[in-house]
Amino acid sequence: MIEQAYLFNSLEWSWEIAVSDAVITQLVLALGGYVMHTSFRYYRPGQKNALYIIIWSLMMAGALLLLQRWALSEIFSTQTDYLSFLSRSTMMRYLFNWLMIAFVSVISWLWYFLQEQQENEKRKQDAEQLARNTELASLRQQLQPHFLFNSLNSISALAGSRPEEARKMVQQLSDFLRGTLKKDDRQMVTLEEELLHLQLYLDIEKVRFGYRLQTQIIHDEAAVKMKLPALLLQPVVENAIKFGLYDTTGEIMISIEAQAENELLTLIITNPFDAVTSSSQQGTGFGLSSIQRRLYLLFFRNDLLTTTKDENLFTTTIKIPQL
Amino acid sequence: MIRTILIDDEPLARSMVKEYLQHHAEIEIVAECNDGFEGVKAIGQHKPDLIFLDIQMPKINGFEMLELLESPPAVIFTTAFDEYAIKAFESHAIDYLLKPFSKERFDKALQKWMSVRNAVESKNTSALIESVAQPEERQRIVVKKGANIVIVPVHAVYYIEAYDDYVKIHTKEGFYLKKKTMSHYEQALDPALFVRVHRSYLLNVQELTKIEPMEKDNHVALLKNGMRIPLSQSGYTKLRSVLGI
Repeated sequence: MIEQAYLFNSLEWSWEIAVSDAVITQLVLALGGYVMHTSFRYYRPGQKNALYIIIWSLMMAGALLLLQRWALSEIFSTQTDYLSFLSRSTMMRYLFNWLMIAFVSVISWLWYFLQEQQENEKRKQDAEQLARNTELASLRQQLQPHFLFNSLNSISALAGSRPEEARKMVQQLSDFLRGTLKKDDRQMVTLEEELLHLQLYLDIEKVRFGYRLQTQIIHDEAAVKMKLPALLLQPVVENAIKFGLYDTTGEIMISIEAQAENELLTLIITNPFDAVTSSSQQGTGFGLSSIQRRLYLLFFRNDLLTTTKDENLFTTTIKIPQL
Repeated sequence: MIRTILIDDEPLARSMVKEYLQHHAEIEIVAECNDGFEGVKAIGQHKPDLIFLDIQMPKINGFEMLELLESPPAVIFTTAFDEYAIKAFESHAIDYLLKPFSKERFDKALQKWMSVRNAVESKNTSALIESVAQPEERQRIVVKKGANIVIVPVHAVYYIEAYDDYVKIHTKEGFYLKKKTMSHYEQALDPALFVRVHRSYLLNVQELTKIEPMEKDNHVALLKNGMRIPLSQSGYTKLRSVLGI
């Protein structure tokens, strides 16, 4: 601003005119810069749309020029020399405005861009942290002492009378545990893979609970190649089995259904429960709330897991967006 | 002949015990049960000398099943992993088997029971179930009404009243009797939900509508269903602190 005033003063304009011109020009520019910066907060063109910034700044520079001219010609309406100078310098002023606005725009765009990067980075870190925690939690859950010791007890029982079956169950338990240890929570796997892992778990539980536990898995042809986060389905089914088996007596049917629909993999898990005595009345239960959290961190959506209760059937529905 | 019943929801776990018992000709298995309901029925019918009892079972757990029995038989607990239960066993010197257990360990437990047989086994069991606060008790109370077993969710309980050696559990459907103490429920239930407002009353605060002053410094609690429960002085203070008033 000061430089501009000196410059104009050296061009033989009075200090009054030089300073006023500089102050008004710069103030209007500052206003324009501020407007550009603020508008970026609400809408920021993507990296590919640099053209927008150029057009915006060209228009903004024009608008600012009109404002500057109007203000200056109001103040110095009697100074005809100055007014003609103002007209002659229009192109230069416009260029100057545009350069300044474009500069501010680029800086402010970069500023927001970096901020978003930082936020993304932080979200990613949070997701990784949680993944680590769930990894631990899921390890603890799958190495769930109840599951593990009861499975070992079943194997011990089989070893006496049906050694072949005992050997098979040792194999299944080992494969299941290995799958749990090997998999990374952040990894996306196909439904096909996840169902294989789930089958091992179901086979073990069926040996433990015998006829009481019935399962059915239904899936679309299109669904098997769709992707979902690793180790997501098994804890949900485990939850369903736990409620089903401990909330009722007699046979229970756990059904797992997978459908492909418009870029979404929909998983529907149902289990019977007792509406009167069920402790699952208490919200979604621990198992499911950690799943909900994981889905949020992966897809930034809170509406992907829903549960419904229909008489004596508890349904968990999970939607997995296909990225 | 010693008569025994196996109660476990996992068939293979029962077959394991059965196999170990083959070497004990003096023991006869009179029944096998999948859950606590079947257990109560079979015990009433067969009056066994000894039962092998799992803890985590459908609908009602092993402890809840024992609570329903007039005079529980001697018990050898079999469990995979229930930390709270194991602590209780140890503090009452009651033997238990951790799954999977060896034949030697099984024989030892049986031997130990045989040597102290006819002693005060049943009394021990009662003391055990009185002292153990099961995590399930925060959710539900299992009671008997005639021949039926009723599972009462704790939020459906209005209040619990002392009644000689029993407690009366008051609900919308009337009251149920249970052979437990007030202090047991005071410990086992969520203290933010159930407040001991009087020596003889444990109140579900969600049922409270009003506290009214009585003569002298006494107060009475008015429940949503119109019932009135006296508050002792310390009970009144406790209630106020729980309600934050």
